[in-house]
Amino acid sequence: MKAVGATLRAELVGAGGVVERNFYLTKRYIWWDLAWFFWTVANTLTIVFIAQGIESTGGQIDVNEVATSLLIGAVVWAYLGVLFEFLMETVAWERWEGTIEYTFMAPLSRAMHLAGQGLFAISYGLLRAVFLFVVCALFFDLSMPDANFFGAFVVIAIASISFIGIGVMTSVLPLISPEKGTQLGFVAQGTLLVVSGVYYPVDVLPGWMQVLAKFSPATYALEGARRAIQGGASMSELWSDIWPLLVIGAVSIPLGLWVFSRGEHYAKKHGKLKRSG
Amino acid sequence: MVQTHEAALLEAVPRRPDAAVEVRDLRKEFRRRGRKRGERRTRIALDGVSFAMERGETVAILGQNGSGKSTLVRVLSTLLLPDGGEARILGHDVVAEPRAVRRLVNRVSVEASFFKKMSAAENLGYAARYYGMTSGETRDLIPVILERVGFPAERRDEPMEALSRGMQQKVALARALLTSPVVLLLDEPTTGLDPRSKREVQEFIREIQETHDSTILLCTHDLDEAEALASRVGILDRGRLLALEPADDLRRRYEAETLEEAFFAATGRAFEAEEEDDDDREVFA
Repeated sequence: MKAVGATLRAELVGAGGVVERNFYLTKRYIWWDLAWFFWTVANTLTIVFIAQGIESTGGQIDVNEVATSLLIGAVVWAYLGVLFEFLMETVAWERWEGTIEYTFMAPLSRAMHLAGQGLFAISYGLLRAVFLFVVCALFFDLSMPDANFFGAFVVIAIASISFIGIGVMTSVLPLISPEKGTQLGFVAQGTLLVVSGVYYPVDVLPGWMQVLAKFSPATYALEGARRAIQGGASMSELWSDIWPLLVIGAVSIPLGLWVFSRGEHYAKKHGKLKRSG
Repeated sequence: MVQTHEAALLEAVPRRPDAAVEVRDLRKEFRRRGRKRGERRTRIALDGVSFAMERGETVAILGQNGSGKSTLVRVLSTLLLPDGGEARILGHDVVAEPRAVRRLVNRVSVEASFFKKMSAAENLGYAARYYGMTSGETRDLIPVILERVGFPAERRDEPMEALSRGMQQKVALARALLTSPVVLLLDEPTTGLDPRSKREVQEFIREIQETHDSTILLCTHDLDEAEALASRVGILDRGRLLALEPADDLRRRYEAETLEEAFFAATGRAFEAEEEDDDDREVFA
C-alpha cells in the first residue's frame, strides 16, 4: 500500500513537472505568445465583423445573433485548437529541442506525461479563451441576456477531455514519421475545423461531411456553448450535447493512450525515438 | 523440445544475476530504404554482444562512429528494443521491466539536449520532477550539484543557448547525477569539447567514481579517456564486442604498445578511419 502511494505521488510530481516545464517555456516565449494572441484577436474580429458586413450590404440577418454565434465559434475553436496543438506537439517539440530521449527514458508513465501536457493546455487555453472572448466582445455591442456561462463552461470542459484523447492519437504521428507525422496532424486538425460547424450550422455541409461531424467533439462543444450562451439552455437541456462528449471522451482517452503506446513501441523498435533539428 | 538458434546462443552465455549490468547475446539491426527504388538495406548494429559489469565498476567501450556504441546505450536506457538477447540492470530486464530500469539509470550523451530558452536551473528542475523529486527536494540540491560540476552560480538563470558546449555538458552531468543513478551511461560525453572543458568533465567523472557507488559505462572514441577512466576497456567493432579487459591485458593480448595499436590489431582498421556515410551515422551512431 505504501509502495502504491509512493508511486502515485511520484507520478503526480512527474505530471506537475510537465506543467512546470511548459510554464517556463511560455514565460520564455511570452512575446511570441502575445504576438500570437494579437493575431488571434485580429482573426476573430475579422470573422465577427462579417455579420455587420452582411447587414451593411443589404442582407437581412439578426446581427447580434450572428455576431455572437461567430464569436463563440471563433473563441471555442481557438481554445480547442490550443489543446490540439499542445498535444500534437508533445513529440514534435521535444524532438526539435533534442530532449525527447531524456523524457522517454524517465520513469514517468506515458499516461501521466500526457496528462501533464493536457492539464497545462487546458489551463493555458482557458485563460487565453476568456481573454479573447472579453477583448473581442468589447468591439461589439452584443447582448446576451439569457446566457448560461456556467453551462457553456461545463460543456467546454467535458469537450476538452474528448479533444485531449484525439490529440493524443495525433501526437503519436511524429513519433512514427518525424516529418510526415506533423503534416498529418495539421490535416486532422483542418478536417475537424471544416466538419464541426465552427462558423456555420453542420446541416449546411454535404451528407458525408455531416457523418464525420457526428464523430467530432467540437461539433457538440460548439452546439452546447451556443445553446448555453445564446439560448440560455439549462444543464438538463444541455445533456443532449454532454452525453456524446462523454462517450467520445470515454473512448478517445483509452484509445489515444493505446495508439500512443503502439506508436512508442514502433519508434523503439525502429530507432525513431531521437532528436531531429 | 525444439530450441531456436538464437535461444541456444543466449543459453550459451552464462548468467550473472549479481551484476549491475548484464548483457547477453544482445542483437539489434536496422532496416532502411536504399538509394534505389524498392531497395532495403540492413545494417547490424549489435551482433551478439555479451558482457557484465560489477557494481561500482567503470567500463569503457571503444569504437568508431557506427560501431554500435550508442545503440548499446539506447538499449540499456530503454529507448531501443533489441531484436534478440537480453540486457538487465540490477536484475531488471530492460524490455520487460522498463520502468524499474529507468529509475536506476541515467545518461549523458554527446549532445547536451536541453530546452535552449530555459535556464540550467529550470531544465534541471523539471527533469527531476520526472523522477518524482519535488521542488522542495531540488531547491537546495540543484545549486549544490551545479557547484560540484563547476558551473558558475551567477549563470544558473541564463538560457542554455547562451552557454558554451562545455558548460552545457556540465549541466548534462548535473542532470544525470541529480537522480542518483545506480548505473550512469556516458555516451561520448567529451566529444567536441575544448581541451579545458574536456579535462574538467573527465575530472568530474573521476570524482563520481570516488564519491558515488555508481556503475559507469563510458562509450568513447577517445583512447586516452578510456584508459584513464575505466578499469576495463572493450573494443566494439561493427556491432561485435571483440574484447573487454583491462587496458594492459588488451595490449598484451594483441602484442601492442599502445591501445591504438591494440585496436588496429583487433579490428584490422586504423582507429581514425571512418567508414560510415552520413546517412548511416544518422541511423546507427
